[in-house]
Amino acid sequence: MKEELFVSGRNIPNIDPHLNIWHWQIPLYLFLGGLAAGLIFYAGLYTILNKEKEFPTAVKLASFIAPPALVIGLFMLFLDLKHKMYFWQLYTTFRIESPMSWGAWTLMAITPLSFIWSASYLKEVVPGWDWKNKWLDRFEAWVIAYRKQLAWVLVVLAIILGIYTGILLSAFNARPLWNTSILGFLFLTSGLSTGAATIMWMSKNHTERKVFGRIDFLLIVIELFFITHMLMGFQASTEVQIQAASLFLGGDFTVSFWVFVIVLGLVFPGVLEVLEIRGYRIPVAIPALCILIGGLIFRFIMVEAGQVTRYLY
Amino acid sequence: MSTRRDFIKIAATGLGGLALGAGSVAWFRGTSRWAETAAKAAAGFQGRFPTYCEICFWSCAGWTYTDEEGRITRITGNAGDPHCNGRLCPRGTGGVGAYYDEDRLRTPLIRKEINGKQEFVPAGWDEALDLVAERLKEISRKHGPESIALFNHGSPGDHFGHLLKAMGSNNIAAPSFAQCRGPRDTGWYVTFGTGVGSPEPTDIRDTRCLVLIGSHIGENMHNGQVQEMADAIDRGATLITVDPRFSTAASKSRFWLPIKPSTDLALLMAWIHVLIYEELYNRDYVERYTYGFDLLKEHVRNMTPEWAYGITTLQPALIRETARQMADAAPSVIVHPGRHVTWYGDDTQRTRAIAILNALLGSWGSRGGFYFAESVQVPDYPHPEYPTPAWSWQDLQREKYPLAGLAVSNVLVEASLKETEESRRIRAWIVAGTNLPLTIPLKKTLQQAMQDVEFMVVVDTMPMEITGYADVVLPECTYLERYDTLRSSAHREPNIALRMPAAEPMYDSKPSWWMAKQLGERLGLGSYFNYKDYTDVLEWQLQQLGTSLEEMKKTGVKKFPRTSGPLYFQKGENYTFNTNTGKIELYATELAATGYDPMPVYTPHEEPPPGYYRLIYGRAPMHTFSRTANNPNLTDLMDQNDVWVNPRVARLWGLENGQYVHLKNPEGIVSSFPIRVRITERIRWDSVYMVHGFGHSWKKLSRAYGKGANDTELMSKVTIDPVMGGTGMRGNFVTFVTEEPVAKEVES
Amino acid sequence: MRYAMAIDTKKCVGCSDCVVACQTENNVPIGYCRDWVTESVTGTYPLVEIEIRSERCNHCDNAPCVRCCPTGASHIVEGGVVMVTHNKCIGCGACIQSCPYDARYSHPEGYVDKCTFCHHRLVEGGRPACVEVCPTRCMYFGDLDQPQSEVSQILARRKWKVLAPEAGTRPQVYFLV
Repeated sequence: MKEELFVSGRNIPNIDPHLNIWHWQIPLYLFLGGLAAGLIFYAGLYTILNKEKEFPTAVKLASFIAPPALVIGLFMLFLDLKHKMYFWQLYTTFRIESPMSWGAWTLMAITPLSFIWSASYLKEVVPGWDWKNKWLDRFEAWVIAYRKQLAWVLVVLAIILGIYTGILLSAFNARPLWNTSILGFLFLTSGLSTGAATIMWMSKNHTERKVFGRIDFLLIVIELFFITHMLMGFQASTEVQIQAASLFLGGDFTVSFWVFVIVLGLVFPGVLEVLEIRGYRIPVAIPALCILIGGLIFRFIMVEAGQVTRYLY
Repeated sequence: MSTRRDFIKIAATGLGGLALGAGSVAWFRGTSRWAETAAKAAAGFQGRFPTYCEICFWSCAGWTYTDEEGRITRITGNAGDPHCNGRLCPRGTGGVGAYYDEDRLRTPLIRKEINGKQEFVPAGWDEALDLVAERLKEISRKHGPESIALFNHGSPGDHFGHLLKAMGSNNIAAPSFAQCRGPRDTGWYVTFGTGVGSPEPTDIRDTRCLVLIGSHIGENMHNGQVQEMADAIDRGATLITVDPRFSTAASKSRFWLPIKPSTDLALLMAWIHVLIYEELYNRDYVERYTYGFDLLKEHVRNMTPEWAYGITTLQPALIRETARQMADAAPSVIVHPGRHVTWYGDDTQRTRAIAILNALLGSWGSRGGFYFAESVQVPDYPHPEYPTPAWSWQDLQREKYPLAGLAVSNVLVEASLKETEESRRIRAWIVAGTNLPLTIPLKKTLQQAMQDVEFMVVVDTMPMEITGYADVVLPECTYLERYDTLRSSAHREPNIALRMPAAEPMYDSKPSWWMAKQLGERLGLGSYFNYKDYTDVLEWQLQQLGTSLEEMKKTGVKKFPRTSGPLYFQKGENYTFNTNTGKIELYATELAATGYDPMPVYTPHEEPPPGYYRLIYGRAPMHTFSRTANNPNLTDLMDQNDVWVNPRVARLWGLENGQYVHLKNPEGIVSSFPIRVRITERIRWDSVYMVHGFGHSWKKLSRAYGKGANDTELMSKVTIDPVMGGTGMRGNFVTFVTEEPVAKEVES
Repeated sequence: MRYAMAIDTKKCVGCSDCVVACQTENNVPIGYCRDWVTESVTGTYPLVEIEIRSERCNHCDNAPCVRCCPTGASHIVEGGVVMVTHNKCIGCGACIQSCPYDARYSHPEGYVDKCTFCHHRLVEGGRPACVEVCPTRCMYFGDLDQPQSEVSQILARRKWKVLAPEAGTRPQVYFLV
């Protein structure tokens, strides 16, 4: 038999027996960040496509969720820091090789922009809203005039926001479970999916609901494809990744992954969508809630399981 | 004084009026109260101070470093010291932990009966010393000073030994004789006319073949030997290890003989057979220096490798091959005498077989074998002659163990029982630096003796189990906080080392020399302690040796030229050994004269009953048994022992790696604490292995309490070596208890 | 200048002196360690082999921990020693995730800590504390760019391996086997 053990009694808190540096704050941020990315993406996309009238929820209403989501997400990130008083060091430099640096600056850009976007629609959403300030009125008019350009910027930033967390994780080849180039796309797709689900849920417009239902269905199929591809990739890869995949194929995370993420979070809402397309009336809250919960749990599982996996030597 | 001695656990409240900050184990830069105390105490010291380590007997010389605030930061080796060559072992490096251990004894403690319950009450030094002196005086007056005995290990023994001798008693025993290396010194003595010596004069750095039978260098961290073994490995020396366990040394050996436990003597005799009958022995050496070759040749005629194979399970070809390797390398070969050799009761004979083997190879007195060590004779500080005791330990053991060269601790323990004849009974104990309950395996006898003894004073740095039986506990400061006797141990070059404090004693602890002097003065023996400060003694001694305290403070170690002659025998040199025949006695006339086998005879030893496994114990390189079991730096490396179980055995019992089990011996004794299972291929299927020194039952040892199992408590079977009284401890067996046993009062 | 360390597994006995010495030299809090000793056992009794290794940060040539640091706290100084600037570190933990050797940990004071090759000794011409203390003298240290350095010489003479070479980190702690 083979033994691998520490002779010198190493038992560092949060490092042994397996990494446990990132706790609930990170998956919560990942979810909120993905959600915000999705919401902002659609808001920007449909503005660019000049379809604001057909998709009022996507462009105006649902995008109101993005700013608080981002703020809470940022606060989660701040909470996670172990050397909190130095957090501002993030903004003294831009390190092109560090996805986290990309993320810090992207968040720095997209958060105020999302506030501005939503603020510019405040008059439409909240009747009787008045800035009571000459400068703000002027600024609002300026934003409204340049909505199209702002939308482009937001779309780009949203894509970066949605994908960079996956790239950040996948860059850690020391955590074999994350070390797959699919992860970025998977996170982006999941973020867009949660965004679509939210819009679908909030929308009072039948057409909008139908379109986003279809979009969600498509994204679910893509996500399932990515997940399948990811697991197949692990199984065909090196020993460390085979071991990583086994966490989901018989290991500690099997039940929670397949039940909550795959079935509840993807397959079940997918089936409901098909039924919806066939003409059955499904209360929209159900698939939407399932997708959101599935997305949240997916991130929790990925962050925790990823830290369990390690390089073997 | 209450006649029955309750075992008192030193509780937090009993440690003096010092309000303890909630026992925070912050590293010394933290702000817990004891760290502040330490800092204040250390104020005024800066730089580095020479010392020699007290964590084990190797006593490596080193430097204690302090920072700008005078706090001890680290300890490194003294480059000029032949013991360590500038590199300390992990325990020495971790010595700072002993200093900063917040569980240290802080004040003297006196056993008092309060409301029908016995408790330790913190006291001042005057009260404690007055009491000790008064009781010792009383017992000495009534029964003679010989009725006071000292059990010691390490430096404190120097001072209390001097005190005891000044009182007129010679009853001084170190358990390291009868519980550890005694048999090999006796075995060597009847062969070579001298004991092995400590540290062993093994010329490992120049050897071409090192044979370890019952020695696990690398796990036993005898610094110089580990260093030299690494040198030998670098030079391509052949290592041969005989061990039922795949020890670290075995992993570095060209030949590992996975011997069946308890059969080592058969292997040794078979090796002797091969050397003689294949004419591989060192002819010139044997002819020149030995006596009894023909008798030995006849004696081992039938002890062939084939015979040994049936006993040891070692292939005859392997036995022959390894014998040839030894002969090939001879005389630069060492069959290591081992150190802890109290195994099965025939240990003197087994170590004698090792001595004979060395003699046949010609390694004794040869380069790459054993050198002749020499030590500096440090002059005794002037004092009146010691009174001659009316009787001493020799009288107690002369008949039973005539060949025991030192006091047998278990004999002194037995002589403390109340059934002992009046005129030879020990009535008072001074215990300094040894944790008897974990050291002496005869639990019942020891317990009874501790009850029967009228007075016991324990000197220690930590609240070890032995302190719970004391009438008075005297807290000693660690070696980092005191001056002490000059270290003068035998080595290739005679050398001395100075121990100097790097900080003031913490809390109310004091050095042993001070305690001994204070007691001496109270006992009217002030003339034996005719100095004010121990530096007076050191200065005088160093002047006599041609140096000074000033110089020693700068260098720490001083070497002297040899005066006893070369390290090895010169070619063709004749030599008279200190034996009856003047030669190395392959046939031991001394043993014959005292009625023992003059040449070793293999006797089979008890084997484990079905379902039981032999309990093998050993060392870990980061610990020195009880002494370090609570050290914060060292428990960080290893905080409990594991029981090594062979995978086949684990399968049988359904054990999993990391599972905790209790161990039970055939007499029904169950270990007080569970021990973690390590399933490993490194141990034989008929044995289990654990490191000795864990399983402490005292909560005050906050890091050691309840961690791992105490192997001593499972040793109900002790086989006494008839030649010198050593307590053989390897004839014990255990089985696994996987359910939680019924909770019982835990007492050590 | 490229500092590197070579450790002879044939001589190492696993005494863990390197761990204690590092602790007292660098004030590593109890419960944490910058270096550690591992043991690998293979085989079946009595055909058994063990390898004992003293491991630490490998000060990789292609250090993922430096690349992923968002503030630049994790950086490389002269000699290839990977260091962490405490007051630039925000404690995000990315570098800890990125190390295949699990060499980094979160110090109780908030910043990320690890072996520094005792850089404070190197600048004075000394060697790391672990190398200086090792009783078996199985640790070698020096400048790989100098062919006369002890580490260059031993690596030229003996077979060696590094840990997880396939991780692409180009570690600079070599194990003589």
